[in-house]
Formats: sequence, C-alpha cells, structure tokens
Amino acid sequence: MKALKKYLDKVKPQFEPGGKYHAFRSVFDGFETFLFTPNETSKSGVHIHDSRDSKRTMIIVVLALMPCLLMGMYNAGYQNWLAAGQTEFPFWQLMAYGFLSILPAIVVTYVVGLGIEFIVAQWRGEEIQEGFLVTGILIPLICPIETPLWMLAVATAFSVIFAKEVFGGTGFNIVNIALITRAFLFFAYPASMSGDMVFIGRGSILGLGFNLPDTFTGATPLGQIATATGATEIVNIAGQPTTLWDMFLGLIPGSFGETSTLCIFIGGFILLVTGIASWRIMLSVFAGGIVMSLIAHWAATPTYPASYLTVWEQLCLGGFAFAAVFMATDPVTAARTTTGKYIYGFLVGVIAILIRNYNSGYPEGAMLAVLLMNVFAPLIDYCVVQANINRRLKRIKA
Amino acid sequence: MAEKINNRSVLFNPLSKNNPVVVQVLGICSVLAVTAKLEPAIVMGMSVIAVLAFSNVIISLLRNTIPTNIRIIVQLVVVAGLVVIVSQLLQAFAYDVSKQLSVFIGLIITNCILMGRLEAFAMANRPWPSFLDGIGNGIGYTIILVIVGFFRELLGSGTLLGYQVVPQWCYDHGYVNNGLMILPPMALVVVACIIWVHRSYNKDLQE
Repeated sequence: MKALKKYLDKVKPQFEPGGKYHAFRSVFDGFETFLFTPNETSKSGVHIHDSRDSKRTMIIVVLALMPCLLMGMYNAGYQNWLAAGQTEFPFWQLMAYGFLSILPAIVVTYVVGLGIEFIVAQWRGEEIQEGFLVTGILIPLICPIETPLWMLAVATAFSVIFAKEVFGGTGFNIVNIALITRAFLFFAYPASMSGDMVFIGRGSILGLGFNLPDTFTGATPLGQIATATGATEIVNIAGQPTTLWDMFLGLIPGSFGETSTLCIFIGGFILLVTGIASWRIMLSVFAGGIVMSLIAHWAATPTYPASYLTVWEQLCLGGFAFAAVFMATDPVTAARTTTGKYIYGFLVGVIAILIRNYNSGYPEGAMLAVLLMNVFAPLIDYCVVQANINRRLKRIKA
Repeated sequence: MAEKINNRSVLFNPLSKNNPVVVQVLGICSVLAVTAKLEPAIVMGMSVIAVLAFSNVIISLLRNTIPTNIRIIVQLVVVAGLVVIVSQLLQAFAYDVSKQLSVFIGLIITNCILMGRLEAFAMANRPWPSFLDGIGNGIGYTIILVIVGFFRELLGSGTLLGYQVVPQWCYDHGYVNNGLMILPPMALVVVACIIWVHRSYNKDLQE
C-alpha cells in the first residue's frame, strides 16, 4: 500500500493543472480517492470532515451485498446440478460454476456503466462520481442468470444515461438506476427476463456444470403460482415440494442474488449497524408487506392463486426482501422526512404484494412498487413538510 | 397587419427553429400514439399537413367575418369537416393504414398544433401566407413523426415500412427486437433525444 501511495503522489503533479496529463485529471482523482481516503481539509469557515465520504459508504453497501452474491453463486450451481438430476452437490464446484456464470455479467455492467461515467466526467470536467460502484453490482444480482450480456450492456447504458446523467449524475436521479435497468430489460426483452427458461444456468462453463436440454424448463416459485389455478404446491425443479426453509435459505430458482432471504438479512444487518440504510424504511416495507399479505390471504380466491401464499412465503419469495433492504432504502430516491419514510416504506410493501397477487401480468411486483414510490417520494416529503408547517402556524395563531 | 410577413420564413421556420413538436412541444400525444411503425406515421403526417393547410386557408378567408366570441366553434367546425374528408379518403384508398390509425385521424381535431396555428396565424393573416404556414408547420410535425417512427420501427420491429431490415443472421446470433420501443414511453425518450440534439445545434434555443 505504501509503495502504491508513493507512486500516486509521484505522478500526481502531472495531473494537476498545467501537468502533462491534465486532461485525465478526473480519472486520476477517481482512482486516488477510491484507493485512499482524501486528506483534504476545509479551507474556510467552520466545517468538520470525517473520513466517511460517499466512496466509503458505497463500499460498505457493496460489502453488505457480498453474502447475497456468494449465496447466489452457490445457488446457481445448485440449481444446475439439481436440474441435471445429480444427487451430490460438491461445494467448491458449485461455487466455481456460479462464479464463472456471474463474472461476465459483473464485468459487463461495470465496464459499460463506469465507462459512461468516466466519459461524462471527462466531458464535463468534473470528478468521477462513485454512484455506480453499488449499481454495478446490484444489476447482475437482480437479473436472471441467463440474461444475454449484450442486453445487460444496452440496459445499463440506457439507465445510466437516461435515468442518471441527464438528471445531473449521482445523487440527482429521481428513480433507482438498478431498477430502471431491470425494468428496461423486463419490458424490452420480456422473453429473456421472465418465464421458465432463464432462471437456471443452462450450459456447462469450462467443463463445470451440465448442459441442459433445450426443452428443459424451471419456473420460479412465483412463476409457478402465476400460471396455476387455485391453491398450488410449489415444487423445485426436481419435482419435490419446496419448503419454507428452502425459500428462506434461497435454494430456489430466481434472479441471481435475491433468492436468499437469510443473506439479505445479513446484508441488511451490516447496513443497519453502520447506519447507512434507514431502519424506518426497512421496517415499514416489511410491515406493509405483512399487512397486505394478511389481507390477501384472508380474502384468498382461486382467481388470484398467489393470494393462497402464507405471509412468510410472501416475504421470502421473489425480490421482496431484496427490494426492502437494498432498493427501497436507497437514500437518493427514498423519502427524506422521518414520517415520510414510514409512509413511503409502507406503501412500497403494500404495492409490491398487491401487484404480485392481483396482477396476473406480473408474477412479481417489488421492482414496480419501488419505482412507483420513488416517483412519489418527493410528493410525500412535500406533504409531510407542509403538514408540519401548518401545525406550527396553528400554534402561533392560538 | 403590423409587421411584414416574409413568406419564406413562414414556410421554413417551422421546420427547425420554430418546430411545433420539438420547440413548441405541441401535438405530443399523437407523436406517442402513431409512431410505433413508420407507415402510419407518414400517413398521419400527410393528413395533418392537408388538414392544417386547408383549414388555415379557410379560416384566413373567413377571418374578417367570424364574430370573435364564437371563433373557436367556427374553427372547430372547419377542422372537423376537413378531418372527416381526410378520414373518408383514407378509408377509401388506404384502408389498412386507416385501420391502424383508428381514432387518431379523428383526433386531429384536438391536435394542439391546429388550434394553435389557426388562433395565432390564420386569424390575423391573408390566405397565401396562411397556406404556407400550414404547410410549414405540417411538414415540421411530419419530420419529427418520421424520425421517431423510423427509430421505433427499426429498433422495435426490425423492419422499415414493413420490409425486414435487420438481417436474419442477427436474430440467429441472439439479437432480439426491443419490445420497449413499441410502447409509448420510448416515443417520449426518442422525442427527448431529438430535442437534445436539436438544442445542442441551436444554442439560441437553450433556456
């Protein structure tokens, strides 16, 4: 590390104004502040800087996503082995298979997303913004394992440009970038983003894993329910019933990183302990989900088969927990006021379960719920602030 | 008529500097609705040119006899008559396209560009400049419609005017048409991109 720091300090003058590589100042700055905490101090007035700048915050979120990523790798291998009819599950081979299947997606999203960020930063002469550090890992985690890489690249480029850069870059986006990427994929290429063909790795990679026949299908639990009539039993791809424990651990087909509720909770714990995510939002999303699940379960009808799911199944299946912990709590797009956070979170939970249960077009509603409430977050904040102003005005008049 | 009307600028200004869609942001609804394919976009554009030019002329001829307080009604009647004629012509000679356009030919009546031009120009100008103004604005509208329709049909269906443009081997190698392009939101994004490019070239339009 010392040698690296020395080297950076040595080449730094070349990037200062007047230096040889002045044009690439923002690139250098991005790398330097990524590797080392900046040692700049305020030059005027009374300010306190601590070392927790947004790069450090983002890294903690990435760390919190690691359990989901690791579990996603294991599950990717597990599903492929299971689909091939194996009965033994060698741990390291499963992990290696999952690693090799997710690595290209992560590389593609980072190269495309960071590439656009670097170009825009150079063009505007600004510092490189670090928002994509988290987005780049979120995107592969919320997509099916078989998403073609060029689609990921197109969708990432679209959302970074149209959901983020045109609004002014990191911190100015009104909706969640990762979810816009997924929504773009979902509406642009529905055949590759939903259904029963895409959620399980279909081919062997570097000799690992098994090639599955073209006719093989493996629907996610929510996908099975959406096509069922009446109360149905969820089965895994080998035909055995799926237990609630499987759903909680994440040994079910689904988007890469969001199957395991346990790992999501570990990540959520890290976010809460470090004070990055708002516990109010997380709590109220789950509260909203539970309330809506109870209502749906109470009024279960064969017309809407998902309403037969119990509350715990509703919370463990699909992207609900992932959305509650990592998506709804995004500080940029969520509501800012304390009361607003409760309202925002509660509505995210309610709408997610509402769409999942009562809209047969969408097996899962967490993505749409968070996007919709992102749009409404400023309105919620406005109402909360106005209510507070009115309350205090009354106090003056009385 | 206080200022001298320059026929040339009346005809050519609406093409770019004063484009009804990307500068005045009028008529967006029909841009979203009819541009999923190129062919209906072109037909829609030509219909609007015809209706706009002739209603401008008729209103301009009547402008001194219309009582001010019922002028909107008179304008609507004129536009409605022309729209019915266009609609009947389309049904007679281009039935398939008129099916695709369905209500949107009828909804030319509510197109903001029409009322805007009638109110702002035809009510105050002689027939010949009014005719040119109608043609100019209609073409300005059609240009945007065709650009949007071109991108939406090319990326959304892989065809242009119904002919396969994206070669088969692209599909064999995993290329898939972008289904979002068929949906109205992408029309907004494409229009936004046109406005973006247009204002980058015309710095004086930037706010």
